[in-house]
Amino acid sequence: MDRSLRAGFDVQQVRQDFPILSTKVHGKPLVFLDSGASAQKPRAVLDAMLRMMETSYANVHRGAYHLSEASTAAYEAAREAVARFLNAGDVREVVFTTNSTAAINLVAHSFGRGVMKPGQAVIVSEMEHHANFVPWQMLAQAHGIEMRIVGITDAGELDMTDLEAKLADGKVGLVAITHMSNVLGTVTPAARIAALAHAHGAKVLFDGSQAAVHRRVDVQALDADFYVFTGHKLYGPTGIGVLWARLALLEEMPPFLGGGDMITEVTREGFVPAPVPAKFEAGTPPIVEAVGLHAAIDYVTSIGMEAIEAHERSLVDHAMTRLSAIEGLEVLGQAQDRGGVFSFGLENAHAHDLSTLLDRVGIAVRAGRHCAEPLHVRVGRDSTCRASFGMYTTHEEIDFLAEALTSARRFFA
Amino acid sequence: MFDDLRDLYQEVILDHGRKPRNFRRLEEADLSARGDNPMCGDRMELFLNMEGDRIADAAFQGRGCAISMASASLMTETVKGKTAEEARWLAAHFRELAMTGSCPDCGGRMEDEMDRLQALSGVYEFPSRVKCATLAWHTLNTALDGGKEASSE
Repeated sequence: MDRSLRAGFDVQQVRQDFPILSTKVHGKPLVFLDSGASAQKPRAVLDAMLRMMETSYANVHRGAYHLSEASTAAYEAAREAVARFLNAGDVREVVFTTNSTAAINLVAHSFGRGVMKPGQAVIVSEMEHHANFVPWQMLAQAHGIEMRIVGITDAGELDMTDLEAKLADGKVGLVAITHMSNVLGTVTPAARIAALAHAHGAKVLFDGSQAAVHRRVDVQALDADFYVFTGHKLYGPTGIGVLWARLALLEEMPPFLGGGDMITEVTREGFVPAPVPAKFEAGTPPIVEAVGLHAAIDYVTSIGMEAIEAHERSLVDHAMTRLSAIEGLEVLGQAQDRGGVFSFGLENAHAHDLSTLLDRVGIAVRAGRHCAEPLHVRVGRDSTCRASFGMYTTHEEIDFLAEALTSARRFFA
Repeated sequence: MFDDLRDLYQEVILDHGRKPRNFRRLEEADLSARGDNPMCGDRMELFLNMEGDRIADAAFQGRGCAISMASASLMTETVKGKTAEEARWLAAHFRELAMTGSCPDCGGRMEDEMDRLQALSGVYEFPSRVKCATLAWHTLNTALDGGKEASSE
């Protein structure tokens, strides 16, 4: 029996749902191992977006006519789907943004400048994506907030002792940490981080851009205060992301962007902000993209996040075995709990040369610093190659990657 | 598995990539400049010693892919002994070679030098890699102009 069938779902069946996976690159079957940068889209997402534009598209929250009402209903149904996906306590806790970066910037501006006080501190980690690093540097510069950077262990796990030490003086207003590293694959102990932050009076934000794709996220079980993810990594379209935050926090936070839809009243003298979540959704939102995200969530939940996770765990084990057997290849990060992201260096082969070679046989990997320059400094590498898996990744593709890497090593020897 | 990439990674490229020539720092160099490909992390520092208008010595240090290191290595070998004008001419025509795969405008000038540089012409088929090959030459132009920072982004 196929390993993926034992894991609870039929990967070949899943692959049928993704039209792009049957394309060829340089005459070779596409082996797409860059889902961590952006995932491919199933037919269900493409169809839902097209169908909406063909049958029920208009602007939302504006018109008292049939199409606008249909469009608004579809947009709000997407919000409800996200709320169920994250097990949010209240649908109003779901704010649509354009991606994770926009969601984190919203928190940095609104919570950072509007709720936090100069003299307080924000904690991030050494393994953050730039999206969860630079907004806090900008906040630090603009608002007198100190930015503290928690280290990682040599295995690539969050240094919990360092986190506790950096929380100790009680000045920290927010801990903003990735839920899964986009470079090391490390899944962080989010519930423990939240408990520790709360014990020291800090709120906690998780960047779920990678994690939300690979396992079930329950914001209530994690006891998170903010959780962000992006649609395009979850097999949905680009241009839609999510900020989930506790209702009380969203109500306390001032608006970020001003414009239409985020107000209840505007006079020459001023404005009254709309109730949440509209308060944070100025301007025409990504309507069709929200419908696409809804379809993506329906798609992954119909297959089951547990089944997807089981399949990916099996891929991770297989990749670890195959990659660690390649002489001269070093995989970054040896975390106990890790997802389907592998960054590696190959002796005598620069990441860019390697990705050019792999591309030639149809394998798409990312080369560079993966928007995590401070982490690459920490591990002492200029750049790495990264293979990241999706639900459609097969054991055979990993075998092929391993074969190609072995061959590449000979090429550059 | 990768035989059809031998046009890009010719033996001379792999050799210079593995063992770059003139890979050292020139203390108190007359001219120097840094080159940087921020997207991919290729970095180099070029040093030139001049005798009048002539490049008496050229050396570099840096880190990057095989293409960028081989190109810098070949470049330092090629421009040694050349005048600044000749070096700039080579830079301009190497750029044409890297972007199009050939140099119809070269007109036979410095034919031996251009023949050697021909080894890198395969990059024109790899648009994302052209800048790896041209970084060293951008950095050369910057150094000759008395500048300090070059980027081929």
